[in-house]
Amino acid sequence: MDLLRFITAGSVDDGKSTLIGRLLYDSKNILIDQLEALEKQTKNKAAGEIDLALLTDGLRAEREQGITIDVAYRYFSTPKRKFIIADAPGHVQYTRNMITGASNSNLIIILIDARQGVVEQTRRHSIIASLLKIPHVVVAINKMDLVEYDQQRYNDIVIDYATVAKQLGLEEVTYVPISALNGGNIVDRSTHMNWYEGPSLLEFLEEVPLQNDINLSTARFQVQLVIRPQTADLHDYRGYAGKVISGVYKKGDQVTILPQQLPATISKLEIAGKEVEEVFAPQSAVIHLNEDIDISRGDSIVLSHQQPNVSNELEVLLCWLDEKPLQPGNKYLLQHNSRLVRAMVRNLAYKLDVNSLEEQAIEGGVKLNEVVKATIKTASPLVFDAYDQLPLNGTAILIDETSNSTVAAVLFKQSLS
Amino acid sequence: MSSVNNRQLDYLEQLEAESIHIFREIAAQFERPALLFSGGKDSITLVHLARKAFAPGKIPFPLVHIDTGHNFPEALEFRDALAKEVNAELVVRLVGDTIKQRNLTEPKGKFASRNWLQTYTLLDTIEEFQFDACIGGARRDEEKARAKERIFSVRDEFGQWNPKLQRPELWSTFNGRIHKGENVRVFPISNWTELDIWNYIKKEKIALPSIYFAHDRKVIDHEGQWVALSEFVQLEPNDKIETKRVRYRTVGDMTCTAAVESKAATLEEVIEEITATRISERGETRIDDKVTEAAMEDRKKNGYF
Repeated sequence: MDLLRFITAGSVDDGKSTLIGRLLYDSKNILIDQLEALEKQTKNKAAGEIDLALLTDGLRAEREQGITIDVAYRYFSTPKRKFIIADAPGHVQYTRNMITGASNSNLIIILIDARQGVVEQTRRHSIIASLLKIPHVVVAINKMDLVEYDQQRYNDIVIDYATVAKQLGLEEVTYVPISALNGGNIVDRSTHMNWYEGPSLLEFLEEVPLQNDINLSTARFQVQLVIRPQTADLHDYRGYAGKVISGVYKKGDQVTILPQQLPATISKLEIAGKEVEEVFAPQSAVIHLNEDIDISRGDSIVLSHQQPNVSNELEVLLCWLDEKPLQPGNKYLLQHNSRLVRAMVRNLAYKLDVNSLEEQAIEGGVKLNEVVKATIKTASPLVFDAYDQLPLNGTAILIDETSNSTVAAVLFKQSLS
Repeated sequence: MSSVNNRQLDYLEQLEAESIHIFREIAAQFERPALLFSGGKDSITLVHLARKAFAPGKIPFPLVHIDTGHNFPEALEFRDALAKEVNAELVVRLVGDTIKQRNLTEPKGKFASRNWLQTYTLLDTIEEFQFDACIGGARRDEEKARAKERIFSVRDEFGQWNPKLQRPELWSTFNGRIHKGENVRVFPISNWTELDIWNYIKKEKIALPSIYFAHDRKVIDHEGQWVALSEFVQLEPNDKIETKRVRYRTVGDMTCTAAVESKAATLEEVIEEITATRISERGETRIDDKVTEAAMEDRKKNGYF
């Protein structure tokens, strides 16, 4: 059994909450007491139905403070897969919410209201999916019941969306006509849409191949901490603990420690204290080297014939996540996996309109939810790949040192030095 | 373990790798972390994962138990044995002591629960040891306030969770920077469900306290839930003491944890029952959560885990 993490994009009006409720309910992941609580809360009990949208209802603090927490996580499983849903609400702070939720997702469900078709919001969701390179895109055309399950309407929307997908370079797009309210094509095939021959939404989620989502060809590893027990029996033990970001490492591999540019050889590999012949992404591992080198947290160990960029000046896309606007010239902390360096944002080039992909001039600073292209200069070099090439080694966050808040998501584009 | 040719992790291996990553971030980012240990299956799983994260070294932080004094003796015995086995420092602080020192009012009533008073003892203990990160076994599938909490959750000096000030948590990059006086609650098994925990316990052959398996126990009926007879429960005249074959699905205080009627004596049988059950873990076993719909949210905001 494997694991699929996906994000649902859409507003309340698109039936997102109902869809999530339906997935949990029809896959029998909602339990009796949760259902009873739901029945109690359902206001309109006309047809003895329960309001599945209430399953994803907010906290009291959110209602009282008029806020929406960016992401809620939901869990369900079927005999085939475990699923983690990142449920990002679709209000004002949309870009921030979606990027946060999408950052750990392999798949995005973009909801379209069959009556509305492709709208500005659909484009925005799709642009973010393409910016973040989410591997699998599912376009769920919802509320088919409200357009008489009309095949022509569905086909028209598919054609419209295909144009958007092509513009954005979204390669793997799957379309499913659904009715979240009635459960049509969510878990079971709808009897109203016999013209649709594809899988139900859940069938697709269960079957979509995931093995290519993890990069096993380019090896990247960053040291999280050095394990040195320094006890009598483990006196000389020195292991570099970290997560394999991508690729495979084998005993005997010739590696380079970066940014120091020091060559070394892997002498031993361990997973949870047990010696193994190889480690691969996304395992948490411990690497031992033949050579006695000074290595600390944040340093990278890569295969010598697969070198990443090493640079202290780079071009990036920044998504601003904080209420306080970006202050050009301010120093921030940049955290790239486990590597923490001081950084300065310079040369703001343009702002990306997330509704149109248009490049716009930046006027009056960079505010919450804005995506900009900029240059970052760091106090010590970063060891990275372009986000487009190797996403998990191509991202970072910016931290405001005075508030300690996470203020920006950073996607690396290229080295400038 | 996956075979060498098939470099694909199953869901439990993926969850394990993620939790180990989180544990290592804690050790690297904080000066004085502590693992809050309750004696329940989730914190036992945490200890197991922490061992793996730092093997062959020992767990580089203490296990801290905030003991209400209302615990199951079997759970306490297990706690002591486990701490010894993994060679970890065990810090126990008693809610009863806090009640005396701070002149707090003991809760009254039939199932007088010291559960929420734990917060006082916890905050005092954090202060005493200057802990900057407290690791807990909360899971997001437990209920809806937890579904929205971060893996690294910053608390102010009163231990309060402020949903409004949560930091965006992207990729597997964790920002644990805090101001003096603040601390971070970290939840390495956020993405595990109850069933994941049970399946992992089975796969890893993790030992559990005996009360998780069917045994005979004297219980009384409380609104359809079986509560263990103990010195902490005040009997009322029409209470009927019965002996039932039960097991526990969660392990909390004897006053606020209900038992489940069951004949499941082995891990396989327990998992079979839990897979088939149609009632949630909290709904079936926690008496205290039923008080208000937002019970957990309220307690969290007041510094509870």
